[in-house]
This record gives sequence, C-alpha cells and structure tokens, in this order.
Amino acid sequence: MSDDVMAEIHRDYLFNLVLKGERDDGRAFDEFRDISIETGVAGMAEGSALVTLGDTQILVGIKIQPGEPFPDTPDVGVIITNAELIPMASPEYEAGPPREGAIEIARVVDRGIRESKAIDLEKLCMIEGEKVWIIFIDIHVLNNGGNIIDAASIGSIAALLNTTLPAERYGLGEDSPLPVRDIPIAITAIEFGGELILDPSLEEGKLAGTVYTVITNSDNGISGMQKSGVEPLTIDQVMRVVDMAGTAAAKIREKFLEV
Amino acid sequence: MSEKPEHFIIDGKRLDGRRVDELRSVKIKLSPLDRADGSCYIEWGRNKIMAAVYGPRELHPRHRQNMTKAVVQYRYNMAAFSVSDRIRPGHSRRSIEISKVGRDAFEYVVFTKFFPKTAIDVFIEVLQADAGTRTAGINAASLALADAGIPMRGLVSACAVGKVDGEIVLDLMKEEDNFGEADVPVAMAAGGKITHLQMDGHLTRDEFYEALKLAKIGCDKVYKLQRQALIEKYSGDYAENGEDAITQSEGDADE
Repeated sequence: MSDDVMAEIHRDYLFNLVLKGERDDGRAFDEFRDISIETGVAGMAEGSALVTLGDTQILVGIKIQPGEPFPDTPDVGVIITNAELIPMASPEYEAGPPREGAIEIARVVDRGIRESKAIDLEKLCMIEGEKVWIIFIDIHVLNNGGNIIDAASIGSIAALLNTTLPAERYGLGEDSPLPVRDIPIAITAIEFGGELILDPSLEEGKLAGTVYTVITNSDNGISGMQKSGVEPLTIDQVMRVVDMAGTAAAKIREKFLEV
Repeated sequence: MSEKPEHFIIDGKRLDGRRVDELRSVKIKLSPLDRADGSCYIEWGRNKIMAAVYGPRELHPRHRQNMTKAVVQYRYNMAAFSVSDRIRPGHSRRSIEISKVGRDAFEYVVFTKFFPKTAIDVFIEVLQADAGTRTAGINAASLALADAGIPMRGLVSACAVGKVDGEIVLDLMKEEDNFGEADVPVAMAAGGKITHLQMDGHLTRDEFYEALKLAKIGCDKVYKLQRQALIEKYSGDYAENGEDAITQSEGDADE
C-alpha cells in the first residue's frame, strides 16, 4: 500500500536534468535501456521469453490448449492475456487478483497482438464452433524497474515466436510452430517537463504526468494506443510520440525479433 | 453478431445516412436524478447512458485520502441488459480499464486541489449500448460534474473516430465499430488538449493524424452540444437574477 514517496529534492533534480536535456542515467530522451531476450526459459510452457529492459525483468509464458471458441467468433482461435504484478517484483505490489494497473498492462499488450493480427487465428480453428486452440499469454513481472508495458510487449511477442502448438499431446496431429506473421511492439513515452521521454525508468515513470503507449507493426502501421495518466497531450506531442515509437520499435525488431 | 456489410459508405453516405464527419443524433438531459449531486442522461445514437456525480465527499477508507487534493473516482458499468447477449453484472476487465482511463480523462480539468481528503465519485451506467459508450459516458460525466457544481477548468468532450472502407470517419456506429478497420476514442479539454486517447485496429501514421484532426472537429461539435445543454438548463436561473446568459454567449462557442 505504501506509495513509496520519492524525496521532493530528487524529483526536482530529475526535473531540472530534463530541462537541461539530460537524464539521470545519461540516456538520450529517445534512447532505450539495454534489452536482452532469452527464449525457451520455461520448459513446461509452449513458449516463453525472459526479457530484461534495464532493471525490469519479465517472464512471459505461453500455454496452449484446445477449447471452445467464443460464440460470436466461431471460426478463429482465442487469445487470453493476463499480467501478474507479483509481490516479489516491487514493495508496492500485493498478492491477490489483478487490479486496474495489471489489467491495463495485459489489455494493452493484448491489443497490440490482437489488432496487428500477429497470430493467424484462423489457422487455430479445428472444428468451427466447437474446437479451436486457446492461447494463454501470461505476463509475470519479476522485477519492476519501470516501463513494464514495453518489456511485456517485447516479451510476449518473443515468447509467441518461440511457441509450438502442442497438437501431439492432445492427439490432434503433429506439433507445429504457432503461426505468427507480424511483430507488434509497444513503445511508451512519458511527458515530463514538456519533454517526451521513451522507456521511462522506475523513477521517471513516477514523475510522469502522462504515460502514452503506441504499438506499431512491422509495416510501421499503428495497431494500438493507450494514453493514461492525468496530464493532457497536444496533437503535436501525440504525433511526435508516434514517430519516435515507429523508429524505436523498428530498431528493436531489427535487433532481436524476426518472423 | 450481424453480418459484415459489403460497403460502409455509398455515395458519401454511411449506413445510417450520415456523412463521414457527422455525429449521430445527441439528446442531453441534465439533472435527471434527484439524489446525486449532479447527473446527466445522454442519448447518443442508440446509446442510452446515465451519469451521476457525488461529492466532493469524505473518502473512505481514510487511508485512500489524499491530503493535498480530492481523489476522482470513476466507475463505468454496463447494465446486464445493455447488449444483445446478457453480460454478467459487475466489473469486467474491460470496464475496469475503461474506468481507469475515464478517470484520467477528468483529473486535468477538475480542480482537485480545492477539496483535499475528499472523493469526487463519477458513476456511468450504460443502459443501452451501441458503440461509443466510453466516449458518450465521458461526455455525460463532464456535464454531470458541471451539474454538481464541481469547479473545473472546462468541459471534457469526447468522440470516437475510425476507419471504414478506407476512409476516416467520425463517431463509429455499431457495424462500423465491429467490422471497421480502426477505432480511436478521443477526449479533449479546451484548447484541443487530449485527455483520453486509445486506439485499436490498423492505421498508418498519416491516417492517424487525419483521424486526430477529425476527432478535434468532432470534440468541438460535442462541446457546443454540451454547452448548449448547460445554457438551456441554467440560463433560466440567470434570467431570474436579471442576467440574460444566452444573448451574450452567442458567437464565442469555440472554446
């Protein structure tokens, strides 16, 4: 429950740095912290990825099982995304069912994967109206070092690219790779001191009046957005983030992820 | 779910006869509820939404109080019978997310610093849903806050923009929302300041920019409707005090 009050003096320090065009860790405003992705780390999962983004560590596991489709979409597979902010990851997290923060993270990551049509859900239908593959994306935040949404988004698509359809286990034919055809990546900016800053660290995130996430695809199209936080943005600021997000996502895609 | 129409736009007209930059018909009724401190009922196309505001009032439990400002609480809820397949009553993950970003849409305009330790509660009940309930809810909430006399920088006005048949259109109706190519709900405060923004679907950068500009036009239209509703409701009170609010307010409807 503790709000983890940051000393006013430190807040002022970070604010003044931004006004000088600097950040505490020396990064440029559009510069990401180091990213590493390790796939296949959870052996019982159909796919998994451990992502570190600066101090943030997130493990994403994919489980797949056959099940019934939703009645309004009888001929496509199902994606269910969940995020757990477990108490291990931060003194501010508590055990229990997901709260609005965790729900928002899961829904934004889900939005990117769903709306980009990254998974070919039509190929996941076995018997229309009766049997489809259900993909569970479970986002496990192990250490909150800031910017969870981007790390969760990178981890989720990395895990999906590493996922096998477990057909043999269910007597449904041979195992095959999950049909993934796009790489949506969420890039989050905060507005702080009139500046737009990508990949906010934990402390920067706490100062943010606004958190604005843009999810772009391999073709640089936009497939999802979420603004949260209390400060407004202008149309100019929004478009600047869109451009920054496209560039940053392309870099990450190029370096780490391939369809 | 109904079938996907072959075309959404024929000869510049949409399925319900609107042009691409037209809102659905909007009816607003202020103060329909007696117990709430402020309330607003809005019919937005076939959406029917009630908003109520309580507060500022003491916030319980007390550990949630903020010593420097009021806490804005926002609850978006859909009635079980508001959609064709009954939905289970109570919070869903969708409604929790909409409630969170709905609250964020208002924090900027409400002068929360005037009321430390209190809560300002906004309740949205969707009674009949037909696409665009979160934006219609924000519009109703904005008026309910004004109706409750909560000091604000100004109103928040919201609308959705989207893409159907390759064209950017204002205020998606049900079919356009279900089968269209993108949906971008936006809320703005005075000066085009964006206080709410979400997006799903697929848009290029330039399409998105076009969508945002259309959203601004839409929000301006909504603002005029909201303002008109407030004047209609309250100008009588001014008139009784010897003021004629309507005549002097003509002409400055833009912000």
